[in-house]
Amino acid sequence: MGKSKIVDTGIHFIDGNMACAEGAIAAGCRFVSGYPITPSTEVVEHIAKRFPKIGGMFIQMEDELAASICFQGAVWSGVKGMTVTSGPGFSLMMEHVGLAAMLETPCVFINVQRAGPSTGLPTAPAQQDIMQARWGSHGDYEIIALSPSSPQECFDYMVTCFNLSEKYRCPVFFMLDETVGHMHGKVNIPEADQIDVRPRINTQRPPGQYNPYEVYEGSVPEMVKVGMGHRIHLTGLTHDEKGYPAMNADAQQKLVTRLCSKVLDNVDDISIIQSDDVEESDVVVISYGITSRIVEHAAELARAQGAKVGTTRLVTIWPFNDKAVAEVASKTKNIIVAEMNLGQIVNEVRRVTGPTFPIHFVGNAGGRTIDPQIIVEKILEVSR
Amino acid sequence: MTEIKAHPVDGLLRTDRIPHIWCPGCGVGTSVNCFTRAIEKVGMDLDKLHVVSGIGCTGRVAGYINVDSFHTTHGRALAFATGLSLSRPDSKVVVYSGDGDLTAIGGNHLIHAARRNVDMTVICVNNYTYGMTGGQVTPTTPDKALASTAPFGNYEYTFNVPHLAVSSGATYVARWTVFHVRQLTRAMTKALRHKGFSFIEVLSPCPTLYMRRNKLGAAVNLMEYFKENAVVQDGADTATVGLESGETIIGEFVNVRKPTLKECYEERMSEALGDEFVPYEGDK
Repeated sequence: MGKSKIVDTGIHFIDGNMACAEGAIAAGCRFVSGYPITPSTEVVEHIAKRFPKIGGMFIQMEDELAASICFQGAVWSGVKGMTVTSGPGFSLMMEHVGLAAMLETPCVFINVQRAGPSTGLPTAPAQQDIMQARWGSHGDYEIIALSPSSPQECFDYMVTCFNLSEKYRCPVFFMLDETVGHMHGKVNIPEADQIDVRPRINTQRPPGQYNPYEVYEGSVPEMVKVGMGHRIHLTGLTHDEKGYPAMNADAQQKLVTRLCSKVLDNVDDISIIQSDDVEESDVVVISYGITSRIVEHAAELARAQGAKVGTTRLVTIWPFNDKAVAEVASKTKNIIVAEMNLGQIVNEVRRVTGPTFPIHFVGNAGGRTIDPQIIVEKILEVSR
Repeated sequence: MTEIKAHPVDGLLRTDRIPHIWCPGCGVGTSVNCFTRAIEKVGMDLDKLHVVSGIGCTGRVAGYINVDSFHTTHGRALAFATGLSLSRPDSKVVVYSGDGDLTAIGGNHLIHAARRNVDMTVICVNNYTYGMTGGQVTPTTPDKALASTAPFGNYEYTFNVPHLAVSSGATYVARWTVFHVRQLTRAMTKALRHKGFSFIEVLSPCPTLYMRRNKLGAAVNLMEYFKENAVVQDGADTATVGLESGETIIGEFVNVRKPTLKECYEERMSEALGDEFVPYEGDK
């Protein structure tokens, strides 16, 4: 028997990528298929070292097309699995984001974002894949995406990602960026029994009384694995409750509507939003990921110069929390959206607030984090 | 009312999905018949047999076999099956797909699954065309043959599929035709019993989209061709079995035992980590 601790409890000084790997292990992930890509590679490098000592399996596949489906095969055997990538690999993985959405495979994708398009700046940060995470595969479907801003959050919210994927049976994206991935910091890994981990729950119904896509309670079907005697058939084709292909518009309407509503109807349960000093402010800065830490600092600097500024941080980016953003808008006079791209989430905010609400934007084309001074200036300009 | 008798392998089929989608004369169904008989012959525990398909006419096989089965994405069944096979070492995972799915879009996954000697069986039904989408050219379409996307005849070199599998590292490789049902069934039983990457190419007629376009007659004409022209050469050097020669060489070409991916992993980790190594046992 091995001697390695499964959950590496203690205080560590590690980077965000390594914290993701430890978070996945703590969440019960035991199968990872990957393909090397900067700036995400440290995640799989760490997994490759840790897994043989804790009964996990890592395999480096031939490309991201393979990496993004190999672990799904393992998931249907009953284990928790994930893959890890960055922009160019993320593009290749979109095929199997769609498959996971259609098969309702509980699964996690880490994207340590770098500046694109194409090969772009492999070693530099960006937040340019936010819309791709939401819309990258063809067809209508819903996913969940979280964005951490520190190594500690990489650990904590990694566990959240796995829990959500088990609960809602949809692809869950952990949207880091190069800065958070390579940022070292203190990471406190609790005792295993102090970590809230949702286990895989398979159906208790006997063969003959279970259909893999029949919803017995709520809006998510009961999970199953191979070898339970159910003789399941799962297909990426539009299917009925039995899982059999159903080539008609009614089956499509029923299935795809549910794939979306099981996420959209549960925004309150899924969404994590952190707001500070929003009440009676002149301006609120909305941001996520590493940018939210910069915004925090910029807001302090602006407050020192008399600005009444609040901050809202989207830990959960998708599903977009319309209600929370509308509430922020109702309490302030202006909104600034800061993100490391040329305008992605700002359009979601605008959609929620309507065209007349004053929305301002601070962003760049990726490659470097946003200078806090630029955000300070925008806050002062807007709140003047 | 005429009494409908049960087919001997009904228990292995999802009879609630019959009629199937395959055209009259198509060889995929014949290969499935051989496959189900091979399953019976081996006496497999059906809870430990999983069939994974890609996309296309042959890709529909997973939907008709009454075991846990997956109809995945085009060309990627092999990668899905790799994850499943590693997680269920006590199960047999079978990838059942067509020539376009496995040698074109899935070509990269095919060579790497073979290289790794993943413990799985691959049944590749080669009907020289993409049937599902209407008869387009594939890497296995013969020279000068017509296809909807090769309206003036195919001019690309043709894959020698068994040689590709052998060169990549497959440890059981055979080629049969759907005329040779007994030999094919026997090869399938051997493949199912084989530990490691086993690969069977099954030459098969596509009367609707390949033969008609090429004025090759009905399916039965190709069966007659297979009967009269196919030459059994067990152990043949696969470099010589390319179909472009005009000869149809069939038989069991390779059957060797080599450590599988899982076995190689466990050996390496035991050696490197000693007591610290904890083998992966899936969800056990």
